[in-house]
Amino acid sequence: MSKTDTSAVNRASEAEAASEAETASEAEAGAQLSTAPREDTSTGGPTLGPIGWLRWFWRQLTSMRVALILLFLLSLGAIPGSLIPQNGVDEMKVQDFKAAHPGLTPLYEKLQLFDVYSSVWFSAIYILLFVSLIGCIVPRSWQFVGQLRGRPPAAPKRLTRLPAYTTWHTEATPEQVDEAALRLLKGRRYRAHRAKGSVAGEKGYLREAGNLLFHVALIVMLVAFATGQLFKSEGGKLVVEGDGFSNTLPLYDDFRSGSLFDNDDLAPFSFTLDQFSGTYETSGPQRGTPRTFEADVSYSVPGGPDKKGRIKVNEPLVVEGTKVYLISHGYAPVVTVRDPRGEVVFKGAVPLLPVDNNITSTGVIKVMDGYRDKKGEKEQLGLPAFFVPTYAGKGHGQMFSQFPGLAFPALNLGAYHGDLRVNGGLPQNVYQLDRSKLKPFKDKNGDVFKQTLLPGETMKLPDGAGSVTFEKEIKEWASFQISQQPGNGLALAGAIAAIAGLAGSLFIQRRRVWVRATAGPDGVTVVEMAGLGRSESAKLPEELAELAARLHAVAPTVPAAEGPGGGDATDALVGEEPQAAAPEAADREAADREAAAPEAAAPEAVAPEAADPEAAAPEAVDPEAADPDAASPAGPAEPAADSADSAVTPADSARPPAPGKPARSGGPAADSAGSAASGKPARPAADPAGSPTPGKPTRAAASAADPAAPADSVDPAEEGAEK
Amino acid sequence: MNLAAATNESLAEMSNVLIYSSMAVYTLAFLAHIAEWVLGSRSRVGRTAAALTPARTAAPAAVPQVKAAGGTAVLDRPKVVTRSAGGARDVPDGPGAAGGDEQGDLYGRIAVSLTTLAFLVEAAGVVTRAISVQRAPWGNMYEFSTTFSTVAVGAYLGFLLARKNVRWMGLPLVTTVLLDLGIATTWLYTESDQLVPALHSYWLWIHVSTAIFCGAVFYLGAVATLLYLFRDSYESKLAGGGSPSAFARSVLERLPAAASLDKFAYRVNAAIFPLWTFTIIAGAIWAGDAWGRYWGWDAKEVWSFITWVAYAAYLHARATAGWKGRKAAYIALIAFACFLFNYYGVNIFVNSKHSYAGV
Repeated sequence: MSKTDTSAVNRASEAEAASEAETASEAEAGAQLSTAPREDTSTGGPTLGPIGWLRWFWRQLTSMRVALILLFLLSLGAIPGSLIPQNGVDEMKVQDFKAAHPGLTPLYEKLQLFDVYSSVWFSAIYILLFVSLIGCIVPRSWQFVGQLRGRPPAAPKRLTRLPAYTTWHTEATPEQVDEAALRLLKGRRYRAHRAKGSVAGEKGYLREAGNLLFHVALIVMLVAFATGQLFKSEGGKLVVEGDGFSNTLPLYDDFRSGSLFDNDDLAPFSFTLDQFSGTYETSGPQRGTPRTFEADVSYSVPGGPDKKGRIKVNEPLVVEGTKVYLISHGYAPVVTVRDPRGEVVFKGAVPLLPVDNNITSTGVIKVMDGYRDKKGEKEQLGLPAFFVPTYAGKGHGQMFSQFPGLAFPALNLGAYHGDLRVNGGLPQNVYQLDRSKLKPFKDKNGDVFKQTLLPGETMKLPDGAGSVTFEKEIKEWASFQISQQPGNGLALAGAIAAIAGLAGSLFIQRRRVWVRATAGPDGVTVVEMAGLGRSESAKLPEELAELAARLHAVAPTVPAAEGPGGGDATDALVGEEPQAAAPEAADREAADREAAAPEAAAPEAVAPEAADPEAAAPEAVDPEAADPDAASPAGPAEPAADSADSAVTPADSARPPAPGKPARSGGPAADSAGSAASGKPARPAADPAGSPTPGKPTRAAASAADPAAPADSVDPAEEGAEK
Repeated sequence: MNLAAATNESLAEMSNVLIYSSMAVYTLAFLAHIAEWVLGSRSRVGRTAAALTPARTAAPAAVPQVKAAGGTAVLDRPKVVTRSAGGARDVPDGPGAAGGDEQGDLYGRIAVSLTTLAFLVEAAGVVTRAISVQRAPWGNMYEFSTTFSTVAVGAYLGFLLARKNVRWMGLPLVTTVLLDLGIATTWLYTESDQLVPALHSYWLWIHVSTAIFCGAVFYLGAVATLLYLFRDSYESKLAGGGSPSAFARSVLERLPAAASLDKFAYRVNAAIFPLWTFTIIAGAIWAGDAWGRYWGWDAKEVWSFITWVAYAAYLHARATAGWKGRKAAYIALIAFACFLFNYYGVNIFVNSKHSYAGV
């Protein structure tokens, strides 16, 4: 059983389906078997005490079915976040949405639909899912360790029933065959040993290991993601060519951080934008489409030398674990403003924000101090600016750029004077003008003054109020995102482990091979070989055939003169096939639980086993075939190990499991297998005391109760899918 | 530079011609498949009865003998008897579209040949497109769609080459490939051109190629799943003594057994699931370089995640009682629908950072 049990561990729902049949048999055979309180299996019922409820809840949570439902909820819950703008993704869009849907907004806010991925309900789903996951993989890992310490179980009684089987007669003695088989299997890296007159080998443990690794990796990734969210910091900064930035909080244009982030965590470094260059498609239908963006920077850490770096869209600069990304870019025309006396009151590059793909840009030149009007009175100037890197030319309509590169730059300026209201303490958008306390300059016709300048040109403000020069030098600016997110390495490690684990659990086939050599009455040895995989795989018979061929080379078939008895025996075995198939097909149907009543399958298939003197454990497993007293705690280890066999024999597994045993996570089989290996007496499989709730097997215990697993109707990769 | 541009344009032109040619050949393959199915419906006598016959008579057929490797003295070698661990029903596979009809089979072979030809032409179209733009041909939805159908057909032909029983898939596959190419050339067409800087990365090769491959193979799985659902209800009707419609009798009867379809779909989906995981992770790594965060709940990311969870749910459902079979199949279809939405829906209707893919 230990082979199939871990993979079957999760199938609590199957176990639950089984529990109905179980209660039926429990009624007769298990009546005085268990001292545990009976429970209403259908509802869980109010008769449960708080502990019972807890246990019930835990079982539900860690059951496969609930895990499945949680997976569904997780994907459903993720949907609204992709359709409704999210604060964490684009706050501007959220504002727009709120403005457009004033009616829906309060409801959405209440439901946290603008923050789906940090909402209470979404968190609840994934936290429950991960609790369920942990509740599942911890016992399974434990079991797997047990399996690794134990050994593959001895051959089942009837090897003919296994999915791949072969037999022949040889003159080699059983001892020789066993030895050869052991060597052969070990040579093929099977874990092989002799067990009760047979050689048992098992291979493909990496499948289970991969499965566990995958699920652990998921947890690692979640932890990494959570760490990243809690400790991250992320800010934006617009830097004009020639200017610099040093990584301190006040210098950021905007800044966001995780709730556990400490401002002292900001990595100390600074950089200067030396040059930004962008190239664009110059011809063809996609004229103007950006081709390359590059920002050349010099950066340094305290006490370190200046270094040069180049930041591209896909290639951030990494300094001290902090990444500097190139996000966007634009132009910053250099403008000189003079007052009526000709003194320079403002000179500098003014970054303007792009409004379209051709980088038509807008912004405001604000002259806050130093300007005095003709009368010598202090005033402020605000010059709304329109900048186009490629001007269509005079008389060609509006100020819209024709191309994103600097082919024919032009600057259009308006002019206002008065109070910019920047001193009121209210934060103000540097790219917009608050015109409430401003008066426009008027031209001779009384219209609002406006002029378009080419580089090097100067415009005179009306009435000798001063002048504005559009310098020939036009700078570019680039905006950077500076982010620091711990846990990235961990997330990557988790991701790699997840893929490795997934590959292991989906592509590795776990299988067992048994070789049994028995001396016939005429001195001829009958060799039987059989293989069992987790699934019906075409490779298993091939592998068995190859192994058989090798073994056959060592122990060749008896030349023609077979003893009539021996020959008949094998022929009978093979000949029996079709008949044997019939009840078995029924068994499997029964195993499916949905289709047929298990009882139908049980009696005939069970009979030979029950008659077998070795089959003490199956008795323990099967309340129908056995007296419950036989399952008394006095049962020795061997029969319990045999119960492991019963698992691989579909007929046995089709029988309803004993009600008492599925208590411990290991399940009786794994447990007994482990203890059998360690030589201690196995804990009795049907120990009633060990079962808190007989009617409801846990997910782990489902392995024992799971009929489908041994029937092996599962595909090769299926196991990997289970948690 | 000018000369290079001219070459590129003529190559792009050639690529378009190749794609249209492949559509023409696919249409012929489609017609040949239709002929295969129509002719195959003639020799129906006795096959329904065969399908009705329960497993037992078919059991000997299901017990093939595997010869031991390198058997010079085959008779002396031990023979391996296999035993199918089937489900409730043990219905044999249908005879295929041609239904044992010789002429039908001939048309089927013609269809496969034409599909192969169309595949080669289409692949050439994709390659010339790539050369004309001198980059991976996955910069926009047109390129993505053409590559997608090429890979799907390629995978199908690969299965045929590996002697898998997949010829039944020919008709639905060719039909949808035509649909995909029609949409691509009609609505999604984009002039061949360079990429925006955000797409300049070797991750484009890794992330997008695996995404396309996953989609194509998931698609084959979805077709098998859909047919499984039909075939399964047909079989259960037969098993329950009901009489399926004439259409079902004629068409579904020729498909492989539900169990085979289910197994094919499962294997395909399970095999590709790790690759899909990798695709998402590769995308996250790229996003980490390009956008400053590896996961930001962008619409495309969300839907990739939803698709991933849906396929994970499918794999789990396959192993859960009460969810096996039809329910799991429905989940697989939902999962593929998520994939499709992630492609068409997110690119067209949702504002996403992946939207520069161009429509």
